[in-house]
Amino acid sequence: MLRIKRVPTILSNYQKEEGDGAGRCGRNCLRDCCIQGARLPLYAYKRVDKASAGKAFIDCRAREPPVAFLDSLLLGEWEDRMERGLFRYDVTACETKVIPGEYGFIAQLNEGRHLKKRPTEFRVDKVLQPFDGNKFNFMKVGQEEVLFQFEASEDGEVQFIPNAPVDVENSPSVVAINVSPIEYGHVLLIPRIFECLPQRIDHESFLLALYMAIEAGSPYFRLGYNSLGAFATINHLHFQAYYLANPFPIEKAPTKKITTTSNRVKIFELLNYPVRGLIFEGGNSLENLAKVVSDSCIFLQNSNVPYNVLIADSGKRIFLLPQCYAEKQALGEVSSELLDTQVNPAVWEISGHIVLKRRKDYDEASEENAWKLLAEVSLSEARFEEVKAMVFEAIGCSIAEDGSKPHHEEKAEHERPPLGAVDSNGKGSSAIVTGNSKCLVLH
Amino acid sequence: MEPQLELIEGSFDARFSNEVSEALDQLPHNFTISDPCISGHPIVFASRGFLEMLGYSKEEVIGRNGRMFQGDGTCRRSVMEIREAIREEREIQVSLLNYRKDRTPFWMLFHMSPVFSAEDGRVVHFIAVEVPIAKRPLRSGSGHASNGICLCEDGFKSFQILHRSCRRELRSDTMLELRHGLEFDCVLDTDKGLDVEELCEAGELEKEKSTSAINHILSVLTQYSVLRGKSVSARRCSVDGRGLLNSALLTSLGRIKQSFVLIDPHLASKPIVYASDEFLKLTGYTRQEVLGQRYRFLSCSETDPPIFLQISESIESGKPCTARVLDYRKDMTSFWNRLHISPVRNASGKIAYFVEVHREEDCAKQDGQTLNPELRQLGAIAAVKVAVRSASMGPGSSTRSG
Repeated sequence: MLRIKRVPTILSNYQKEEGDGAGRCGRNCLRDCCIQGARLPLYAYKRVDKASAGKAFIDCRAREPPVAFLDSLLLGEWEDRMERGLFRYDVTACETKVIPGEYGFIAQLNEGRHLKKRPTEFRVDKVLQPFDGNKFNFMKVGQEEVLFQFEASEDGEVQFIPNAPVDVENSPSVVAINVSPIEYGHVLLIPRIFECLPQRIDHESFLLALYMAIEAGSPYFRLGYNSLGAFATINHLHFQAYYLANPFPIEKAPTKKITTTSNRVKIFELLNYPVRGLIFEGGNSLENLAKVVSDSCIFLQNSNVPYNVLIADSGKRIFLLPQCYAEKQALGEVSSELLDTQVNPAVWEISGHIVLKRRKDYDEASEENAWKLLAEVSLSEARFEEVKAMVFEAIGCSIAEDGSKPHHEEKAEHERPPLGAVDSNGKGSSAIVTGNSKCLVLH
Repeated sequence: MEPQLELIEGSFDARFSNEVSEALDQLPHNFTISDPCISGHPIVFASRGFLEMLGYSKEEVIGRNGRMFQGDGTCRRSVMEIREAIREEREIQVSLLNYRKDRTPFWMLFHMSPVFSAEDGRVVHFIAVEVPIAKRPLRSGSGHASNGICLCEDGFKSFQILHRSCRRELRSDTMLELRHGLEFDCVLDTDKGLDVEELCEAGELEKEKSTSAINHILSVLTQYSVLRGKSVSARRCSVDGRGLLNSALLTSLGRIKQSFVLIDPHLASKPIVYASDEFLKLTGYTRQEVLGQRYRFLSCSETDPPIFLQISESIESGKPCTARVLDYRKDMTSFWNRLHISPVRNASGKIAYFVEVHREEDCAKQDGQTLNPELRQLGAIAAVKVAVRSASMGPGSSTRSG
């Protein structure tokens, strides 16, 4: 079993040390003890059948929604929680800068985010783990940390109800603050919160996240997802999101188109970026796009490959990034120099927004340093090619590149290097997934 | 929607004399002019050639964002490049797949250039010229024929090359363009869809054309703005003294449609350094009359001294506060103002301004489907905070000072 020790990020004010789960409540949480009669604003979005601006000539001029989702509702409610002092620090008081260079990595100095918490052990070799009600989960957050309920509208128009009852039976999804924000408006989208789903992507939840990106309507409001083993700390299904009015380096990276699926989802590969990854765009419908991406995610998590997802460009571009940093860390393959920075390369770091904990690292931040860190996160080229081929097989599309057939590699299964065996260090590390029959990587 | 239309109509009238639209209509180029200061960055003018090329009527285009011409095949990364050029208020040339009204796609060279006000140095408009590109696939013979390489592959290089600003003598030979546009009318059926998406790179000819068109349009705009006494130019003029806020920040603040002012807390008099249009509307003052005034000049401090003490204390201590005060408009009519004041920090984490958002009491109606007015006010504060923070984040901005 592989474990790493890290200081967990505190997402809620009710997130205490492990084991503080049970007992009397009385703090207005979301569990049975407090939820009766609770009311929260409800925003119901309109389902659209087109992801891109494509046919949208008529749609574009849709009538004004009753509430500006991002500007008034989300950011307004967030500012309200800020004035109520619910955050652990004022993120706007954290220094931030764009690092000079071709990509424009964004560095933030955040000395307070990880204080006052002891390092905890995290198991990093199992991407799927069952939900554990004894550990911290979002049912335990205070209702004041929840901004609103978010769901599909039933009558096809945007609805807003400032004070809607919370209907547990109806399994609402909610948007809550992250009390350790890394930028303004940092929130958590918790799909069907009362179902207590573990951190694991499914079609419906991914589509919900896409709708949130569309509803926000700003390319600077992005959603992200970390799987277990890729720096998620809470095993209760959630996406993160925040507002940052700068392009992310990953969005600027050159790409190469690899293939188009039968329902016209285009798949690109990142070029010239320290972390290897795939990009999904287009599709005949939003559902198609969501399906192709979530099928890929489902394949990765079932295959025990940790990954991160970035939903950018108002839901029009989705980055899928398998990673192996935590695993390397657990195997002792990450340099102490990098470990000392205590940077946890989750989705935001991989996208190029890097939160640094030490003044020294912030002052010395350079494109080269950022690159060095992220290069450790990436799968090796060989391993990425392998994962890519398996993902394509799983979602049933071929890599038509240079005319060759999709890679069918069953025969080579046993020859594959284990996840951690990165070319550069040349040594085959021990397999982290032995005994998992579902896993494609053996020995 | 009505006030939006008013803004769009006013976008031109405020800067140029009446005949400007006619003069622009005489130009043979395919272009649009948009106003970044209006929320949604709508198109406020579309040339005849442009409308013909895309198959839209004027009414269908005015008031809309230029993204309406994009479609499935449009490279998202190119769209991001354009977005960033707008944000950074600079010129950009990029090949882009656009769609006509009947959804047939065609490649064109998109050349966009900001128009600056000589008065205060801020961007007032963007001109976007579109030159159709004759079909010639990128790097023929590379073996990727059926598998388009997104422009993105060597995006950085081509971006930099395209991006240099080249000014040439005016030449108008744009009648050819319309004919070019027609060549692609029937390219797209389902099988060929991918081919269309394959990058068509603009050649020197197209680049020269677009540059000359931009110059041509700029010269018309300059001419008609001089007539109006409110000069515009292609270059940002350095404005001394009052230019406290940079142009990009002014633009993002301009989109926040509520009554608010920014106060500089570092000067003894705590002067107002920004006032929103809604503030001017609410109070009846002009911008010139407001900028530089001591904060809270609207109220008579004798009415309720404790409140003013509370406000100035919260500013001194860098804390937010709310208050209800009696304010006076320019015409000396009074109104109860629900104030919300909050510190606004720049990217280095230091307090740069205080924002004061106003709400006239009894003015807001609530119908159960909208946010309560306090939340709207908080939303404005949030938008100001985000705007100030990101405007000071760039590699050029000094983040350690201030």
